Amino acid sequence: MKEQAASLSDERIAYLEGLVRQGRTAAAVFTQCTQQDVDRIVKAIVLAGLEQAQYLARLAIEETRLGVLEDKAIKNMVATEFVYDYVRDKRTVGVIREFPERGLVEVAEPIGLIFSITPITNPTATVLFKCIMAIKTRNAVIFGPHPKAWRCCQEAIRIMYEAAVKHGAPEGVFTCLDSPTIDDNVYLMHHKDIRLIDATGGPGAVKAAYSSGKPALGVGPGNTPVYLDKTADLDMAVVDIITSKTFDNGTICASEQTVVIDDEVYDAVLKKFAELGAHICNEKETALLGRTVINPETGFMQPMAIGQKATDIARFIGLSVKPHTKLLIAPIQGVGPEHPLSVEKLFPVLSVYRARSVDEALRVCMDLNHLGGLGHTAVIFSRNDETIRQFSEVIDAGRIIVNSPGSIGALGGVYNDMVPTFSFGCGTGGGNSTTDNVNVYHYLNIKRVARRTQAHMWFRVPNQIYFNMNAVENLRQFPSRATMLVTNPALERLGLVDVVRRSLPPQTLVRVLAIPDAEPEVKVVLEGVEALNLHRADQIVALGGGSVIDAAKIMKLMYESPEADLEELAAPFLDIRKRVVQYPTGRTNQVRLIAVSTTSGTGSEVTPFAVLIDKQRGRKVTLADYSLSPDVAIVDPQFVMSMPKGLTADTGIDCLTHALEAGVSIHSSPYTDSNAMQAIRMAFKYLPIAYENPRNVEARSMMHNAACIAALAFSNASVGVNHALAHAFGARFGVAHGRANALMLPHVIAFNASVPTKFMPSPNQRAYVAHKKYAMVADLLGLGGDSVAAKVQNLIAATEQLLDRLEVPRSIADLGISKEEFERAMPDLAKIAFDDPSWRSNPRMPLVSELVELFWSAYRGRGPGKGVSVSEQFTAMEWSCV
Amino acid sequence: MTTSAVWIQVDPEHVVHALQEAVEKMNHGEAEVVLDFSSVPRIDPGAVAAMEELAGLAAGRSVQVVLRGVNADIYRVLKLVKLAQKFSFPA
Repeated sequence: MKEQAASLSDERIAYLEGLVRQGRTAAAVFTQCTQQDVDRIVKAIVLAGLEQAQYLARLAIEETRLGVLEDKAIKNMVATEFVYDYVRDKRTVGVIREFPERGLVEVAEPIGLIFSITPITNPTATVLFKCIMAIKTRNAVIFGPHPKAWRCCQEAIRIMYEAAVKHGAPEGVFTCLDSPTIDDNVYLMHHKDIRLIDATGGPGAVKAAYSSGKPALGVGPGNTPVYLDKTADLDMAVVDIITSKTFDNGTICASEQTVVIDDEVYDAVLKKFAELGAHICNEKETALLGRTVINPETGFMQPMAIGQKATDIARFIGLSVKPHTKLLIAPIQGVGPEHPLSVEKLFPVLSVYRARSVDEALRVCMDLNHLGGLGHTAVIFSRNDETIRQFSEVIDAGRIIVNSPGSIGALGGVYNDMVPTFSFGCGTGGGNSTTDNVNVYHYLNIKRVARRTQAHMWFRVPNQIYFNMNAVENLRQFPSRATMLVTNPALERLGLVDVVRRSLPPQTLVRVLAIPDAEPEVKVVLEGVEALNLHRADQIVALGGGSVIDAAKIMKLMYESPEADLEELAAPFLDIRKRVVQYPTGRTNQVRLIAVSTTSGTGSEVTPFAVLIDKQRGRKVTLADYSLSPDVAIVDPQFVMSMPKGLTADTGIDCLTHALEAGVSIHSSPYTDSNAMQAIRMAFKYLPIAYENPRNVEARSMMHNAACIAALAFSNASVGVNHALAHAFGARFGVAHGRANALMLPHVIAFNASVPTKFMPSPNQRAYVAHKKYAMVADLLGLGGDSVAAKVQNLIAATEQLLDRLEVPRSIADLGISKEEFERAMPDLAKIAFDDPSWRSNPRMPLVSELVELFWSAYRGRGPGKGVSVSEQFTAMEWSCV
Repeated sequence: MTTSAVWIQVDPEHVVHALQEAVEKMNHGEAEVVLDFSSVPRIDPGAVAAMEELAGLAAGRSVQVVLRGVNADIYRVLKLVKLAQKFSFPA
């Protein structure tokens, strides 16, 4: 500030400080006004300005000697009446917009004290416009008019101020610098109490505003190119261009500067210009104009020409024209310093260029655009929508005016529906922060009041699920010409394939594809797709456990959408609704997928997931999309009666883990909870029976249903950190998925029931409830406990007992994995587990260090003396209520 | 010198007058001035100027000026003109 004040006297600084203090107080007091207050004042000042439109125009002409009285009066009327028409119904105080369906409200906040620079070319209209903007938005303004337009601006400000204060605006709401200087401007631009600089003026003022480090609105210089193509309405175009370019003697910076005309209509257009009062310069005259109205040293227009009549300019440079000549038209052959008339000319001199093709025309327009007019305004006259589109794409202009006058068109509200303004934002091309027609919203800070939204939830399951003994017979109701029966060799040997084959409608052409009994690799899937194509299948029946059904899901995907890129589809995501990679929707083939499950664990027959083995990277890749869900699920216990004991245990624990993780998931809902709780209850009751008495039909049937029901829950609520750990560990050490889950399960319950180090951000979670949900499970299982803590501990103990009964090893160490080997694997395990999408729905966000600790807990294992328990317990009060 | 407090009820129509009265009381040696704004819905630039004067005077004489019943709109004005920190606002 001291630096800026160096050239100012103490008296001048005191004067400027007084203006700032006055404005700051007015702005502060103004914040108390209501919308009704503001609208009343705005109407009053608009009427005051409108009434004095001609008077102010005369003052401007007398002082500046620029422009045309009648046009300046019209500008003043546009600046009041048209601007009022735009702002009258706009809410600018308090709540200005509401989006109830999105929980969003926008609240207007005044900016405070604005320092506003106004130009010589449109002095009073700009003042009137800015006064209306300021009152409508409850801001105070210190005006810094162009020194050569100071008196008319001061009078315009006085008229607006008196009307404003009379109708309730605070005193000091508008002030005007007395005898403004550049030093004053610089001082105010850097003043801490000036909140915004609104600089409508020459490039120097605008640059100073942006250099001040303050928020600023500034316009940029223009050099409006016009493309007049052969399809245009030539009569209209010529009248519009003359109207615009001669309006106020061309002082509006959006006015036309060079018209690029298609060769086919060039002569006709020039003839029309001449008929309507334009003087078409010959080569010598053009050269003369170029030497005189453009400063040969700077390449900019000569100030003496700005806003002068065509006849006066002609007389001044010694050019002979008819007495009523409106416009001087100068043909040019190119754009750039060697063609002086290709720059901005704020007077009635218009350049024209003959273009031999659309491409040439666009090139020249771009050259003009880049020669000092970036971001400002461009005009096109054409009936060809494609040309208009092309022009709009290649020209960098905040306003592209179509089939109408540039200057009046850019002002908005007259020839088009743009916002009326006297300040044109020129975007970054013009060194501005906006391309908008500056309006009331640029004079406001808009606050967004964002209410917590409730995330959209869903419960998506296959259309049809058939369950209980002999449910497979329902296959008869699905007609098919060619069915591919995907299975594995073991099931074929057991005769289960024949059971399915017999259940299909008799006319069905069935081909059996037996794939290895292991999690599918890409190669297996691609071979399956080839077989589907050869067989021209319209139905896939997947008979098997998770591996077979997952393989069939991916085969279906690739068969229906051969362009699908598995690598891309496996891309990680945080929220399935916002994922980057979308699954294909267009289908080349269409095929029905019926899943007949032969294990009671994965629930793959109803899930939207499929797991592939990525052998190269030594990990599992999870595909997830509801388009992967089978169309029909058959949950028939006859297919699991011969399941080996180990498989029964592993898959059963997988089922239990699904249900427990879905139950505490951040995506859990009453819909998924009911399924999760039921599945947990069934698994605890029937899994040990099925394990110990494999031929017990009821237990097998219940576990088969439990697996499917748990899958309905986790298909919609997802799983959690237990699965992330198990995926990483299982892939690295070749341990079956269910068994890997089992090794982690008690430790993960304890982990989730502890006070989280980090919560998982989710609008669905209104409170941390994982521990309480585990207690609910304990209650459901009748485990007892007089507090949430005791119930959780009882659940952990019951889980450990179940695992013991199923003869699951108690620790990773019990699998024969040495500590050293495990330690070596740990960095990879932790990284892979952290990359696994499964934990994204876990109630507690795991830190990498916590994943490591969980792995080590599982390594040490469960059981007597191991003390798997909640580490950091919630307070007694938290624990007391379920 | 005795210390005492004075209570001034601010009339919404005569805010500046009440503030001038506070200045007078201060000049008479009051150690604390309480201005009750509870019936004042808004203030104008004149009131702000009077409050600036009052705050300056109070600071020079170590007098505490307490503003009671100031609504949020007026408090916001005082914050914007950086006067809020010069007064006390009882809970």
